[in-house]
Amino acid sequence: MRSDGKQRAPFALKAAAGLGLAFMHLPIALIFVYAFTTEDKSYQWPPPGFTMKWLEVTWNRPDVWDALKLSLQVATISTVIAMVLGTLCAAAVSRTKFFGRETISLLVILPIALPGIITGIALRSAFSIADIPFSIWTIILGHATFCVVVVYNNVVARFRRTSGSLVEASMDLGANSFQTFRHVILPNIGTALLAGGMLAFALSFDEVIVTTFTAGQQSTLPIWMLEELVRPRQRPVTNVVAMVVVMVTVLPILAAYYLTRDGDQVAGSGK
Amino acid sequence: MTAASSVTQTAQSSAILPGQGGWTGSLSDKFWRNPKLLLILMLTPPALWLGIIYLGSLFALLAQSFFSIDEFSGMVQYDLTLKTYGELFRPANLDIIIRTVSMAAIVTVAAACVAFPIAYFAARYARGKWKALFYIGVMLPLWSSYLVKVYAWKLILAKEGILTWIFAKLHLTWLLEAWLAIPIIGGYSLSVSYTGTFLVFLYVWLPFMVLPVQAALERVPGSYIEASGDLGATPGQTFRHVIFPLALPGIVAGSIFTFSLTLGDYIIPQIVGSSRLFIGQAVYAQQGTAGNIPLAAAFTVVPIVIMGFYLWGAKRMGAFDAI
Repeated sequence: MRSDGKQRAPFALKAAAGLGLAFMHLPIALIFVYAFTTEDKSYQWPPPGFTMKWLEVTWNRPDVWDALKLSLQVATISTVIAMVLGTLCAAAVSRTKFFGRETISLLVILPIALPGIITGIALRSAFSIADIPFSIWTIILGHATFCVVVVYNNVVARFRRTSGSLVEASMDLGANSFQTFRHVILPNIGTALLAGGMLAFALSFDEVIVTTFTAGQQSTLPIWMLEELVRPRQRPVTNVVAMVVVMVTVLPILAAYYLTRDGDQVAGSGK
Repeated sequence: MTAASSVTQTAQSSAILPGQGGWTGSLSDKFWRNPKLLLILMLTPPALWLGIIYLGSLFALLAQSFFSIDEFSGMVQYDLTLKTYGELFRPANLDIIIRTVSMAAIVTVAAACVAFPIAYFAARYARGKWKALFYIGVMLPLWSSYLVKVYAWKLILAKEGILTWIFAKLHLTWLLEAWLAIPIIGGYSLSVSYTGTFLVFLYVWLPFMVLPVQAALERVPGSYIEASGDLGATPGQTFRHVIFPLALPGIVAGSIFTFSLTLGDYIIPQIVGSSRLFIGQAVYAQQGTAGNIPLAAAFTVVPIVIMGFYLWGAKRMGAFDAI
């Protein structure tokens, strides 16, 4: 009997898989080259020369810093809200069977399953009906809504693998619900919760479609980039910002991967 | 005798524990006696948040699609009517819908073709370090910034960009020019043609296809493939009759993402592509500059209905077990 790992892949398959992976990564690599080009009027390739000066120019741009600050604030607060709501939901759904359980899981997934533009325009029209002025909180309201699902997915998968008898044992030994949560449940779901939180952070930090509808006059970093994409005015600065954004989002993704790699590969399912 | 009675006494006193002290203790006693209370407490915050903020606004939006706009004053009339839905069937609006749905379908098919070899290799041949590499190799593009990815393609597809340069180096400029000369899919340069829009859509949604296909392929037992070979099937027959049918739920699951995401996107066709609108752009334009919220709302119903049917069909094919 042949064992599963010893077969050699046909060359055509290897080539197709390799080309596919290259197709997914080369465009992002290109961003790093463009960040150092001396050309500032067009997207000319190959770059006529290389320079570090755009890093300095970008560093001294207050509008970029403001956008970055707003993005970080929004992502942090939305992540915290999503972690609380997502964990509560996951705990309720995985611990007990109750009427409407399927509906709850559908409700959590819906904001990410329907196109973002629908969430965005729905929130915007609701804000205008309710006379809520745009602020950082309207952005957070939108972001937290679709970040819940990411935390929920990760935590619910971990709950499924955690045996319920642990909780019963803890109660039998005299711990109350809060002690059980603090000393038994939390250490068990901790890494999944952290991974979910990191992915939620990355998702919020990058979100643009819903944000265009809920932001009003302020710009998060993606909104700033979108404006540059539609009407390029300062290409070199945009190049550098794009490079920084890639580096900032890669770190939480890698961290989330290392936290959840043992067994449950749910970290990314259903962005 | 005394020892025995003291034992029974301890047993009695410990059989029913005294109520725990403090408010945390009494609260958790309550939870224990009444598990529903805990459940309700846990469910209320997320249900309220999603129910009020999300579903509330969604229904408010859908309700507006049954209003209409007065063509002279431009004011919204709050009478229930299907007139706005009728407007969707005007040739200009119908064009937008057909254009978007065809693009979504083509992108989905192409994504399945490109994703399959990656998923197949990762599921069947990659082991250990390579497996992790493939997994991260798909996760990184999936989670990297959407706008940065679109921006990268703006750089690639630009007239003075790397793709034109590669074609020139390979002495294939004539091929690129011939392609761009084709009426519908061509244009002045790749970045303002449907070909460009298609490439960016394919690139951005590809990881969403790879992951579920890989998950489905990983569930195909190796013994099935060996059995098929033992029974005399050629590799092509094995693929057609064993592997592909078993991978199909994964492909359908992936197509839910690629199809739905293409239907709703309004940023990619705005940045890379011709000036003709997609559904997302039409929604954006109607609610923004035109101020026609009812028509914008009616337009959003189109992807919801299409996705409703799509999900219903996908569920029948067992795609949800593959996500």
